[in-house]
Amino acid sequence: MKKILFALATTAAVIGFSAGASAADKAKICFVYVGSKTDGGWTQAHDLGRQELEKALGDKIETQFLENVPEGPDAERAIERLARSGCGLIFTTSFGFMDATVKIAAKFPDVKFEHATGYKTAPNLATYNSRFYEGRYIQGQIAAKISQKGVAGYIASFPIPEVVMGINSFVTGARSINPDFKIKVVWANTWFDPGKEADAAKALIDQGVDVLTQHTDTTAPMQVAAERGIKAFGQASDMIKAGPETQLTAIVDTWGAYYIKRTQAFIDGKWETTSSWDGLKDGILTMAPYTNMPDDVKALAEATQKKIESGELKPFTGPLKKQDGSEWLAAGVSSDDGTLLGMNFYVEGVDDKLPQ
Amino acid sequence: MRIELEKRPDVSKLFSLLSPFIALGLTLVFGGIMFMLLGKDPLSALYSFFIEPLTETWSLHELAIKAAPLILIAVGLSVCYRSNNWNIGAEGQFIMGAIAGSILPVVFYEWQSPLVLPLMMLLGMMGGALFAAIPAFLKAHLNTNEILTSLMLVYVAQLFLDWLVRGPWRNPGGMNFPETRTFDATAILPEMIASGRAHWGFGFAILAAILIWFMMRYTLKGFEITVLGQSERAGRFAGFSSRKMIWFSMLLSGALAGLAGIAEVSGAIQQLRPVISPGYGFTAIIVAFLGRLNPLGIVVAGLVLALTYLGGEAVQVSLQISDKPIRVFQGLLLFFVLSCDTLIHYKIRMMWFDLTDTTADGVR
Amino acid sequence: MGIFEAILLTVITAATPLVLAAIGELVTERSGVLNLGVEGMMVMGAACAFIATQQTGSPYIGILAGIASGALFSLLFGFLTLTLVANQVATGLALTILGLGVSGMIGESYVGQSGIKLPQIVFPILSDIPFLGPLLFRQDLIFYLSIALVAGVHWFLFRSRAGLKLRSVGDSHSSAHALGINVIRTRYLAVMFGGACAGLAGAQLSLVYTPQWAENMSAGRGWIALALVVFASWRPWRIVAGGYLFGAVSISQLYAQAFGIGIPSQFLSALPYLATIVVLILISHNRRMTLINTPAALGKAFVPDR
Repeated sequence: MKKILFALATTAAVIGFSAGASAADKAKICFVYVGSKTDGGWTQAHDLGRQELEKALGDKIETQFLENVPEGPDAERAIERLARSGCGLIFTTSFGFMDATVKIAAKFPDVKFEHATGYKTAPNLATYNSRFYEGRYIQGQIAAKISQKGVAGYIASFPIPEVVMGINSFVTGARSINPDFKIKVVWANTWFDPGKEADAAKALIDQGVDVLTQHTDTTAPMQVAAERGIKAFGQASDMIKAGPETQLTAIVDTWGAYYIKRTQAFIDGKWETTSSWDGLKDGILTMAPYTNMPDDVKALAEATQKKIESGELKPFTGPLKKQDGSEWLAAGVSSDDGTLLGMNFYVEGVDDKLPQ
Repeated sequence: MRIELEKRPDVSKLFSLLSPFIALGLTLVFGGIMFMLLGKDPLSALYSFFIEPLTETWSLHELAIKAAPLILIAVGLSVCYRSNNWNIGAEGQFIMGAIAGSILPVVFYEWQSPLVLPLMMLLGMMGGALFAAIPAFLKAHLNTNEILTSLMLVYVAQLFLDWLVRGPWRNPGGMNFPETRTFDATAILPEMIASGRAHWGFGFAILAAILIWFMMRYTLKGFEITVLGQSERAGRFAGFSSRKMIWFSMLLSGALAGLAGIAEVSGAIQQLRPVISPGYGFTAIIVAFLGRLNPLGIVVAGLVLALTYLGGEAVQVSLQISDKPIRVFQGLLLFFVLSCDTLIHYKIRMMWFDLTDTTADGVR
Repeated sequence: MGIFEAILLTVITAATPLVLAAIGELVTERSGVLNLGVEGMMVMGAACAFIATQQTGSPYIGILAGIASGALFSLLFGFLTLTLVANQVATGLALTILGLGVSGMIGESYVGQSGIKLPQIVFPILSDIPFLGPLLFRQDLIFYLSIALVAGVHWFLFRSRAGLKLRSVGDSHSSAHALGINVIRTRYLAVMFGGACAGLAGAQLSLVYTPQWAENMSAGRGWIALALVVFASWRPWRIVAGGYLFGAVSISQLYAQAFGIGIPSQFLSALPYLATIVVLILISHNRRMTLINTPAALGKAFVPDR
């Protein structure tokens, strides 16, 4: 047995070395995923970005990824393995990878790192994020136009600033059309459990919401909405297949543009650390086609999207009140990014309490 | 084809040693075929899986980090299982230990002293033990089945941790993200040797394994555990109380799981987060049985299982495949190891092809 | 339709897979075998049922595929634990790891496809009964099967000769063997029945609950089913009670949230687990009753002497 093992080992080593040599002249761009690359949501969107990157710069780079990496010490090990395997630029695509990325970045100063949705940077560690809330503002406006009852249902995952920001943006958008608009929130306490998400959707619909939006990753809520004959918004990817007559639009994460931009900079030797927070205008998120709505609503949505893209409209602009009725932003004042990134309060119109 | 087993008069020493290697051989063959079917080079896949993680110092450290909680928890569980107490909630005890131990660095973060670390470890063990005391009490005094209670409490512990790090224990300087403050240097379990980041958690694991091994083998308590586990009636005749044994085994395994939890948090994560374990408490159940409920066997089993995780990542990187085939491969390995253990106690007769029998005769 | 009825409908959908997987595991455990691989068999059933449905266009063929895959997968467990007398606890856990891996691998290209929902079977007249009609007589085949299976298992275990034999195997395999019962064959059949039920539960997930395939979509329901068998103290009808209790508490917490009560959602989410523990404590104080129903040989390997 030992002999066989030894033979295996040596043969494999030889193969391994020869494979390594041929690829050495291409830059290696690596990705760490928290979920499965076919999860239909968050991770899949990043993997589509990776595929786009390969298509665009495939002659100069090769890509590599590790999927289903648990947050914590496992992430540290996974990132270190990639750094050691010759990756020049590593994207870590979950907030929970933040401290692991910081630690490994300090250990490998010659490797560049980019961490999604975090806030810690270093000379060789950049952060990137997407202004998903811009899309949610448009969704809120559509919901206010479509809803007969003036109540939308919101399936939320976990109370982190990202999600709270989305809820607030949705409500702000809706209230710009119908000042009495309300939303009901259900926390599923999961990003990914089709059954539970479907149950949450049913709970909301049974209590009278007639338009549904979600900040969880599966298409299950869309399917329930289709079954019950109400309209809904997709999340992370275009979910039109799950509800051809149901989806109004969806926020589609399109990371590809960013990955291509940064990788190009890396190849050219012009990579620098940044904290970028791109939005609709940069193409880091796009809206799925506006469907299943009257033409005037569609026109409104398109107009709002244009205004956001041109910078004419900022979703969080006063007068805005917090949930308890106290003033948050005075008329004409827009929120700074710092407040948004750490958002832990609701605006007026949310029928829920945040854990403090 | 029919397979029949014949019990060996004695445990086969040879097969005790040989069966893992036979299992490995079978896994290599079947795994190799699987990788071939996927269009990947089976040899380099197997090399990356089993050898590559062992060739570098940093990776050996990672192996120790990954194996430490598995071994610590499994050693405690082995005492439970030997005494017929089915604690399958070690995951929850791991989490509660981590929470209890973190009280000092999170709530009393200003107190910096060399006493902090030992106290944290102690609190961690207490937290785990107290959480295990719930199913122990319910079983010993209210006759409630511990499989259900310990399992259900896992979910309760997970949700409690989730609430803590999003609510009262959230880092005030952390942009409202769900994490506690990072532990102060005095609350971080130091590295064992300077060459890498493996912390003392691994030392605890080895120490616990040796102590429990000694207890099982040389003390009256060990005898008591074995007797009560084999037959409650016999135990009663010998004057042992099965009720006391419920308490002893559950508290012991809870304490070790709790220690694993706080050691993991203090040594490897250095803060509390919504999720601190990728299922160590459940994986440790497999480790306990792979190690044949023997503490020293558990050390080996824990290292092997940890290797399958490291190896799995190495294969993903070197072959560019997804992690699904890796998990299938891991399952195959476990299956072969478990089935080959049969050879230790039994001779296998296949009715149309009697090869094992002749070789086994030679061994005796 | 009133809100109460609506909640009950949601509860039924959520509880059915739990009841199905648990009733199968109950039979397995009654024969003295502890199979902790329910989660793995369930997720295999979900994947195979979905794939077969997408390939053939018929969810009924999907159901068959789910059942068959669960049963076949459990055969692997049977071979290891019954023929090779490997440890049952560890083998069951390994089965779960394998099931999650294999289902993820074969289902990879089916992620994101919208499935075909199993149609309802409406009983004429009965379905017009107010309140109960829509709840009980406007459901899909798998729901009816779940109730029929529980009734059937109850009859089988306590009213049929074969059931008596199965129970005696689970209580003492050596006495059963001495009486001339084929212990290994009985256990093989019980394990396969458990696998088939878990597979059917998986089919419910990917054909009724949420008609789609997502990796790891059983999301821990197999574990809950395992706990339910203990909860039921190995009595079939208590599985229904336990499954529906668990389903009801976990669903009503979602409704409570939507209603807007200001309790942290983590506490509400923990309620089903706590409720199950509390009820089990209340019903298990009678030590003798519990002992009578617990299969005495549970988890113990059997090798016939020759």
